[in-house]
Amino acid sequence: MVNKVVANIGEVVGDIPDGASVMIGGFGQAGTPFNLVQALVKQGARDLVIISNSISQVAPLVENNRVKKLIASFPVWVDRTRPNPLEEEWGAVELEMVPQGTLAERIRAGGAGVAAFYVPTGVGTSMEQGKGKITFDGKECLLELALKADVALVKAYKGDRLGNLIYRMSARNYNPLMAMAGNLTIAEVEEVVDVGQLDPEAIVTPGIFVDRVVKAPKHVEWVYRKN
Amino acid sequence: MKAGLSSELIALRAVKELQEGMYVNLGVGLPTLVSQFIPEDLEVMLHSENGILGYGSIANEGEMDVDLVNAGLQPVVLKPGASFFHHADSFAMIRGGHIDLTILGAHQVSEQGDLANWKTPEEKVGAVGGAMDLVCGAKRVIVLMRHTTRSGKPRLVRQCTYPLTGRGVVNIVITDLALVEVTPGGLLLKEVAPGISVADVQALTEPALTVSPDLHEMGL
Repeated sequence: MVNKVVANIGEVVGDIPDGASVMIGGFGQAGTPFNLVQALVKQGARDLVIISNSISQVAPLVENNRVKKLIASFPVWVDRTRPNPLEEEWGAVELEMVPQGTLAERIRAGGAGVAAFYVPTGVGTSMEQGKGKITFDGKECLLELALKADVALVKAYKGDRLGNLIYRMSARNYNPLMAMAGNLTIAEVEEVVDVGQLDPEAIVTPGIFVDRVVKAPKHVEWVYRKN
Repeated sequence: MKAGLSSELIALRAVKELQEGMYVNLGVGLPTLVSQFIPEDLEVMLHSENGILGYGSIANEGEMDVDLVNAGLQPVVLKPGASFFHHADSFAMIRGGHIDLTILGAHQVSEQGDLANWKTPEEKVGAVGGAMDLVCGAKRVIVLMRHTTRSGKPRLVRQCTYPLTGRGVVNIVITDLALVEVTPGGLLLKEVAPGISVADVQALTEPALTVSPDLHEMGL
């Protein structure tokens, strides 16, 4: 019987080596696999190349000096007064800033076996540096390369032993894309359900993209700014 | 000179640019205030980069859900007919030209419509987010910002000195003092805030403004 469920959160990240590239899903607190990130900090892997949207996903890893390079789109807190470990130790982590839609598409391409694509995003800005160009539909476009990772850490609402996943509300965000782009995809879920419980019409990430499933308590801490 | 508009009144003026049936993306900061002032009977679909179409206003205490936030990470509520999707589909909507209007904040806007809104010269890290995708994909770009920096320097400039988000992308700018349209001939002053004169606006704007023949006081 296929069973991708791993009981222990420490065990599920145990074999991530130093120098690994790791995608981490989530947008603010929504859909961030906080338990897996904490387990990775505890596990001790160093010199990681992290691919994630924002600071919320990586702060504990940066604070513990585990990150060599960060590929991200919004690596600051929305509340700019909150201390940012990237700002405080500027230069300690190599930073590649990527427009958000380009980051998402590079990850999708990586998971879909597409090597590269052209988009108009970033033309006329510092994002142009070193990139090939074509004109399509009258618009200048930049060449963007796919992103893959050794490991993808994702967060889902419910999963089953086959690795099928569903998400909740805006906690979906990058998770289905990263699940496709990781050589080893580990899903943190709020609930493990029996096979057959998830409606085939509603499954967002089919189990083919998922290697391990681990149940962990949902984090309910807010990262937000009031008006 | 009289004080300019509050953030709420700037947002209220921006609401007048919304039309029934529009798909609209609101940027982080001042633009998110716009969602608070959309009239009940105006059916506008708000898009959020993190995968929501059809959210409503900011959630009140008691109706907040950690899984339901807008691009500024504020808790929001859903309207009937809302949908969720992943990030690549969300940006397919943006980059693919399906968003009618985006309303963004800014550090600087130039007279050519260049936008700088992701990093100040003082910031080391910065945060590009979805702004570069939005300005190249949305059909129309409105900027909401204070007319000057905290130290009183104009934000409407001849050339942006901050890192650019996009070139020639801004359609109109609404500030605490005025509504200005970016035209091929430069900046066109179309509306002034109550109690603000053309001279007041020009004094705090770097490039020369052309005054529209039907210049009028901003209606709110």
